[in-house]
Amino acid sequence: MKNENLYNYILGIADNSLILGQRLGELCGHGPNLETDIALTNISLDLFGQTRSYYQYAAQISGGGKTEDDIAFLRMERQYKNVLLVEQPNAHFGFVLGRQFLFDVYHLLLMEKLQSSSDETLVAIAKKTIKEVSYHERFSSDWVKRLGDGTDESNKKMQEAIDGLWPYTDELFQLTEADRIMVSDGIGVDVSKLKKDYLKRVSEILKEATLKIPESKYFQKGGKEGIHSEHMGYLLADLQYMQRSYPNMKW
Amino acid sequence: MSEQEVKNLEEIFEARIARDEKIEPKDWMPEKYRKTHIRQISQHAHSEIIGMLPEGNWITRAPSLRRKVALLAKVQDEAGHGLYLYSACETLGISRAELYEQLHSGKAKYSSIFNYPTVTWADMGAIGWLVDGAAIINQVPLCNTSYGPYARAMVRVCKEESFHQRQGFEIMLSLCNGSEEQKAMAQDALNRWWWPSLMMLGPVDAESVHTEQSMKWKLKRKTNDELRQQFIDQTVPQAELLGITVPDPDLKWNEETGHYDFGEIDWDEFWQVVKGHGPCNKERMDARVNAWEEGTWVRDAAMAHAEKKNIKVAKAS
Repeated sequence: MKNENLYNYILGIADNSLILGQRLGELCGHGPNLETDIALTNISLDLFGQTRSYYQYAAQISGGGKTEDDIAFLRMERQYKNVLLVEQPNAHFGFVLGRQFLFDVYHLLLMEKLQSSSDETLVAIAKKTIKEVSYHERFSSDWVKRLGDGTDESNKKMQEAIDGLWPYTDELFQLTEADRIMVSDGIGVDVSKLKKDYLKRVSEILKEATLKIPESKYFQKGGKEGIHSEHMGYLLADLQYMQRSYPNMKW
Repeated sequence: MSEQEVKNLEEIFEARIARDEKIEPKDWMPEKYRKTHIRQISQHAHSEIIGMLPEGNWITRAPSLRRKVALLAKVQDEAGHGLYLYSACETLGISRAELYEQLHSGKAKYSSIFNYPTVTWADMGAIGWLVDGAAIINQVPLCNTSYGPYARAMVRVCKEESFHQRQGFEIMLSLCNGSEEQKAMAQDALNRWWWPSLMMLGPVDAESVHTEQSMKWKLKRKTNDELRQQFIDQTVPQAELLGITVPDPDLKWNEETGHYDFGEIDWDEFWQVVKGHGPCNKERMDARVNAWEEGTWVRDAAMAHAEKKNIKVAKAS
């Protein structure tokens, strides 16, 4: 592949949308009320829409007749490049919204910067995506505030979620090999530089939500390099079920 | 109000319906009209919400990104239908909490078809094609029903349902144009969903307890048997187009009547499922009750937060 770094760079962004979209898709029909059910499905739909734009572009770069579905469904677990954060399970609604919030703040910062990429296709995707992600970030921040500053029980549950998910936040700001090359080519975003704004924004919301900012200095990483949590295999078993059971068919 | 006054109001009311005028929430209406509408609209809303579950079962396993997005959007449409049907129902003086309570306690019914399991991807096609197809036949006449909020909700519901039906047929068409395995999957889905879809149009006229009154209030424009015949006449040629066989050895075109004759429906199975003993009645109800109970702390928190905000605003002003 001529542009292997660009291909890997795109997947590094797109896989987060795919895996988080898949996690939210599990919840469709099981939300705490109809309104949140509809809103979370909306976010899932946006994420899958983004995934398709990225994968279609990546398929084109890859050549050889590869399709968006080949990329989505036919890789081995070690080849998925999403961060550990987005594959975390829907333990309870606090985790769902906490995961969303911790990802959305990052996602929004990333899309702001990606608009200045020298790659026109990525700029076009970022311009469309940023409108969606602004809404996601508002939705998840509002819910973190509601649950944090709601009842004693909800405060405890939201804190539990933030504490549980916090170790997965640092990975967002680590650069892979493909990231470094794409940054130096003017295509990629240097995510390590987003950390300061991220912590500022997250702290503001958590404070307003009367939640404590976790003090842990121990973080987990590996997703970007394809070393995932034990949850990932089951998620992929669902995701890939049809394509693996019935190879080479049109649906 | 004296008996004579009520009688006068009733006469005016019936005359309005006869003139095809819409009845609006604030208009006077007989108690029985109100109750019948709460029953039917809530049943319809519950069906949309329960109906999300069998299709939701395949969202994580959809075979392509395009299909996954379409399925998610479809199930979300159903949530939307539930939402505006509950709202229409609330205009009759009942709360959403009461409606949920009726569903969760088993007092309220929902369409029995959703108590069947979705065991293969082809079921996503068969449900769209057959179940949404039968639902449209049931629902199109409701766009002209007498109760305004219900009629208006149904206009939007029907538009989306007809899109869903085409989407379902298109899934079936892809399968039938595909490999032998895919075609077999499509045939198997038709075999399993055909009879329950015919049952969806309701018991035979002679056993339908609500038909007469509902016809009078234009809550129903055709009888169950008429609707069933219409569904069969419309669907059989579509199955032929797909190249799959309707699982009814007695199905035959009747030149004389201009309709298809069809075999005996297993009404024992229908009543078994209606009475709560279908393959998935318990799973469906458990899923709803769990979602509701596990969501209690979230809804309580949202209320408490809103309350705190109101107090802050009041203090500031």
